[in-house]
Amino acid sequence: MFGLVLLIGLPIVIITGLLDYAAYGPQFGQALPRDVGWLRPPPFEWPTRPDWLFRVSQGLHVILGIVLVPVVLAKLWSVIPKLFAWPPVRSTAQLLERLSLLLLVGGILFQIATGLLNVQYAYLFGFDFYTAHYFGGWVFIAAFVSHVALKLPRMISALRSRPFLAELRQGPDDTRPEPPDPDGLVAPRPGPATVSRRGALTLVGGLSLLLGGLTVGQTTDGPLRRTALLMPRGRQPGTGPNGFPVNRSAAAAGVTQERTGPGWRLTLAAAGRTVTLDRQQLLALPQHTATLPIACVEGWSTRQTWTGVRLRDLAAIAGAGEPASALVRSLERAGLFNQAQLQSNQILGPDSLLALKVNGVDLALDHGYPARVIVPALPGVHCTKWVATIDFRTTAGG
Amino acid sequence: MARPPGRLATGYGSGLLHLVVNVGGLTVAGWVALRLADEPAAGRILLWFVGAAIAHDLVLFPLYSGADAGLRRLLRASGATTAPGRVRILNHIRVPALAAGLTFLIYLPGILGLGKVTYQAATGQHRQQLLGEWLTLVAVLFAVSGVVYAVRVGRRARHGD
Ligand code: HEM
Repeated sequence: MFGLVLLIGLPIVIITGLLDYAAYGPQFGQALPRDVGWLRPPPFEWPTRPDWLFRVSQGLHVILGIVLVPVVLAKLWSVIPKLFAWPPVRSTAQLLERLSLLLLVGGILFQIATGLLNVQYAYLFGFDFYTAHYFGGWVFIAAFVSHVALKLPRMISALRSRPFLAELRQGPDDTRPEPPDPDGLVAPRPGPATVSRRGALTLVGGLSLLLGGLTVGQTTDGPLRRTALLMPRGRQPGTGPNGFPVNRSAAAAGVTQERTGPGWRLTLAAAGRTVTLDRQQLLALPQHTATLPIACVEGWSTRQTWTGVRLRDLAAIAGAGEPASALVRSLERAGLFNQAQLQSNQILGPDSLLALKVNGVDLALDHGYPARVIVPALPGVHCTKWVATIDFRTTAGG
Repeated sequence: MARPPGRLATGYGSGLLHLVVNVGGLTVAGWVALRLADEPAAGRILLWFVGAAIAHDLVLFPLYSGADAGLRRLLRASGATTAPGRVRILNHIRVPALAAGLTFLIYLPGILGLGKVTYQAATGQHRQQLLGEWLTLVAVLFAVSGVVYAVRVGRRARHGD
């Protein structure tokens, strides 16, 4: 039964994880880790519609990943006799199977541990998260596919072999141990039952609901955010139009008031020409307002109303026409995300903005003042803040 | 498995599908291992992976089954009923205790306030330890479980037996 839940849930976690990689724009060599050889999802252009795409896919990745933890642990608990099987290896087949199981169990718990530490900003492991979680993900995917291919028939026959619904109506006192199974997982001399099968399923389901209830709040705005009681994004950091969460503070990015003050200029470049605009000039251009979610790769998200100049208007001003891509650079000098390349659809979309305001007021410095990129369905880390230059390119690629 | 064992099965121990599928999965892992071998932190990654593989069976399982055995011994010594047909307190302690342990494990960095520097860089806020929030959650879980227990005992007493 736990197996069935994992058979449905884990593929969703796997696919949303790979979508996260695709959302970074791997065609520009900007998905992390950069060099992944042939172990990558098929290339495609990340869409800008629906605007909640990344919010939902990455939100699901993290929430479902957490919600499935009790199920994974219950599954491991139910197969613990395997650990003490003796002799440990009887044939080559069994040796291979044991190695595969090591990858399966190590893989899932490694992904859970690194993922959980990452979303809570505790990089206790001391290695690069992207490299480890990406390649760990593939090790797990391979082991999971092998495991399902070999065990699916056994799961189906186990679910069929017993009157499942009838067993769910029994209390602990009527609960009888299972008949001996071919894998030797049923206890040979079980003690009296203290929990019914229904009770065990309810317990695991209840724990999953508890964890889900303590996590979903980070994808909401308003009072419900508080329900993510123990998560870093379980509260609004401030009040007012700029009170929503920040993903990298200006102080950490080394962006100061002087560099963003009246001396700040936006430089647009295309085909060897450059155009420079100050903030007044940008505010004098046609403004567009869009209410769009912004979703962090760490699974939390928020929806705000942004106002600014359309990126396609800026492309026209730069004389780029229909650009194939654009490289946006930040005032931030160091930092993994001080620049991001946008695809053509991400520049030309009607809601793709260089935002100057949020919720009717100027952006706060922490939210990217004087100007930041907002593109529907683009991961938050690529919605570059403190924009300094936009370089439009007419041919695709680097 | 019901097929008569062929030559492969006697030598190898299982069917061709088993061989192909397992070798396939192990190949991917082998390729990843070769690829990561030059990483500066390759040793740590391996350590965490192997650690993860044994974390449940050799760390968590002995912990929670040991705690459970201790709890049962304690209940027996204190004369709590284990008779069938009676309301037993065992699960009313087990369930909130398990929820407490699990939430502690999952939200550990927040509860203990780890990673202060990264947290501040990312959020622009000071990291406060959420120990108080977690303890409140645990207290509520135990209280709810206690109320359910009291209601069950009360109902059983009213219906006689
Ligand atoms: C079956 C288990 C899992 C698999 C196969 C998996 C796979 C992946 C993959 C392939 C990525 C893309 C990595 C990249 O872009 O470099 C990813 C990203 C991510 N995963 Fe998982 N994951 C799993 C479980 C979890 C869990 C349990 C959590 C956390 C609670 C988690 C948190 C994350 C986060 C935060 C990212 C975004 C990283 C980033 O782009 O900054 N994952 N996952």
